[in-house]
Amino acid sequence: MLVTVLFYAFATILVASGLGVITARNPVHAALSLVLCFFTSAVLWLLIEAEFLAIALVLVYVGAVMVLFLFVVMMLDIRVEELRRGFTRHAWLGWVVTATVIAEIVGVLVQRRLGLDTTRGAAPLPAGYSNANELGVALFTRYAYAIEIAALLLLVAIIAAIALTLRHRRGLKVQDISAQVAVRASDRLRMVKLKPGGGQP
Amino acid sequence: MITLGHMLTLSAILFALSVAGIFINRRNVLLLLMCIELLLLSANFNFVAFSRFLGQIDGQIFVFFILTVAAAESAIGLAILVVLFRERRSIDVQDLDTLRG
Repeated sequence: MLVTVLFYAFATILVASGLGVITARNPVHAALSLVLCFFTSAVLWLLIEAEFLAIALVLVYVGAVMVLFLFVVMMLDIRVEELRRGFTRHAWLGWVVTATVIAEIVGVLVQRRLGLDTTRGAAPLPAGYSNANELGVALFTRYAYAIEIAALLLLVAIIAAIALTLRHRRGLKVQDISAQVAVRASDRLRMVKLKPGGGQP
Repeated sequence: MITLGHMLTLSAILFALSVAGIFINRRNVLLLLMCIELLLLSANFNFVAFSRFLGQIDGQIFVFFILTVAAAESAIGLAILVVLFRERRSIDVQDLDTLRG
């Protein structure tokens, strides 16, 4: 009973903050609403006992991706008013598509022929069950190659993001370390024989 | 008691909201990226719900990979956005007509 009440409370917050993301006037407000969305989703995932992913969602999304979003929003000088022109012109199309998508998905849910029992709760987990343990076992045995590919993908993303945004400014005074290391004494120093008592060489 | 129907309906509403967001914010690239994040979140909801209610862990592993790909996507997307803003001083989708699309 308590779980149901909590579910409805957090689902309401989730939908409200989702509405906030798509209708916010200011991109910063949209990003902060999205942060609330991710937090609420993490709570809902905790409610259906997917603990590891709930924590991963908070760490990865709120901790990394949304901070990146906020950083970019604040770094760029965006004129919001210009981007808001024509906001309501296509809104009706958006709502038509929304209603269609909801009707279609609900149509699938109420379908009995699929053999999907959507009114049943989840089977209770056995005592001493560890979600992270189960995930880890599956991830490092059956999905070992997949996780290596995922790691490679993240590396590619890092390199691509850095390579895209790297900027070489002109007229910047920087050290050329390899030229400094490769220099030899003969390039800089000239040995001169001087006669004792003599004048200029 | 939370049932599979609850979770799937919630994720359907979230998915529909983000599709609507793509339509009504279709000039601002930054908000489009945020709507795509929301869309991926609602897809993840379905994976987690089916994984839990059918008693199989594989759905949650798929969510793990979707998180990875979404993080990579938003990193590269934002990098492209920053480069675009440097070039055009604007992130309006309507200005991106160099390819005459």
